[in-house]
Amino acid sequence: MHVTILPQRKQVEIAGRRRAADVLRELGFLPGTAMVIRGDLLVPENSMLEADDVIEVRSVISGGAPALDVEGLAP
Amino acid sequence: MKCTRCKAPAEVQLRQHNSNFCRACFVFFFQRQVERAIEKERMFSLDEPVLVAVSGGKDSLALWDVLIDLGYQTTGLHLSLGIGEYSDASTDKTVAFANARSLPLITVKLADHGLAVNDVAGLTRRPACSACGTMKRHYFDQLAVDRGFPVVATGHNLDDEAARLLGNVLHWQMPYLARQRPVLQPTHERFVRKVKPLYRVTEYEAAVYAFMRGIDYVVDECPNAIGATQLTYKDMLNRLEATSPGSKLIFVQEFLQRAQPIFAAAPEEPPRTCVGCGMPSFGEMCGFCRLVRETETKRERRNAAKAVQ
Repeated sequence: MHVTILPQRKQVEIAGRRRAADVLRELGFLPGTAMVIRGDLLVPENSMLEADDVIEVRSVISGGAPALDVEGLAP
Repeated sequence: MKCTRCKAPAEVQLRQHNSNFCRACFVFFFQRQVERAIEKERMFSLDEPVLVAVSGGKDSLALWDVLIDLGYQTTGLHLSLGIGEYSDASTDKTVAFANARSLPLITVKLADHGLAVNDVAGLTRRPACSACGTMKRHYFDQLAVDRGFPVVATGHNLDDEAARLLGNVLHWQMPYLARQRPVLQPTHERFVRKVKPLYRVTEYEAAVYAFMRGIDYVVDECPNAIGATQLTYKDMLNRLEATSPGSKLIFVQEFLQRAQPIFAAAPEEPPRTCVGCGMPSFGEMCGFCRLVRETETKRERRNAAKAVQ
């Protein structure tokens, strides 16, 4: 299957059919840290992906959101 | 796999809730989670104008989308931060979201004030995230007060809160622990209420909601966040969550119920008024004014040195 990983825009080929959770694990994603998207639909982590599928794996983790309730204490 | 609620084919699996949802039921579930947080914590009412801080990312746009659907009176506030192409894309997505729904949006371009984040961080040699946070806090507070909004809502989610709580506990940041609440009441005449309606939903749920609602958000990560400590904390918490689903929610919920009131009970000095801008400050001058002065001084020095060359 052909996988596009976002936000890195990396392209990966994975041979054979797999559970979505296994694809995520092979790509180094922890459960619940990326969405698996096939066409217009999300693929649940325990669903099967076929060998000829074209999917997107989109990370959901963002960092750096500042705490907004520490006014005056921040440097 | 079937939807726990309606038995249609499920599109998403939420292990921490032991539930699977189809698209319609997930949207209902997510909106109910946000609505319950607003009502339970008495964040704001349907009659109050709410200033929503929107970055162009999944969380803040999902929040704005939910608030509109629930019938709240909202105005967006977007700070164009001056972090290169990332900020340009963030502003474009935010403006497109507001325009497509005919929503009021206030946009402030920090570069117009000589305060683009990358310039400020470069001149002062402060971490970009520190400078960015200082400016966000200042502009959110000041614009809310000046424009008459009693409340500012931000898109902080459960993962943000859990990561911050872990950081605060690891360093025993007592004043920060005393203030880590989903609702922060004003302690100065130029503060407004600050609320986090997404504090019960995970980052994954916010992303799924944005995707399902067709929200075009910025997928790219802020380039300044690479290596941020908060990402390390999130990774550690997600490893824990993988083996014990629901850990993040329990960590934050139990803190809020059992421990936070103890930290909050400690006497705290009320903020003073900054001699520079009139906004609240715990010193004579607030962090924002100190940052602006340092930036201006160093910019003048740099320009003078360039002129000599």
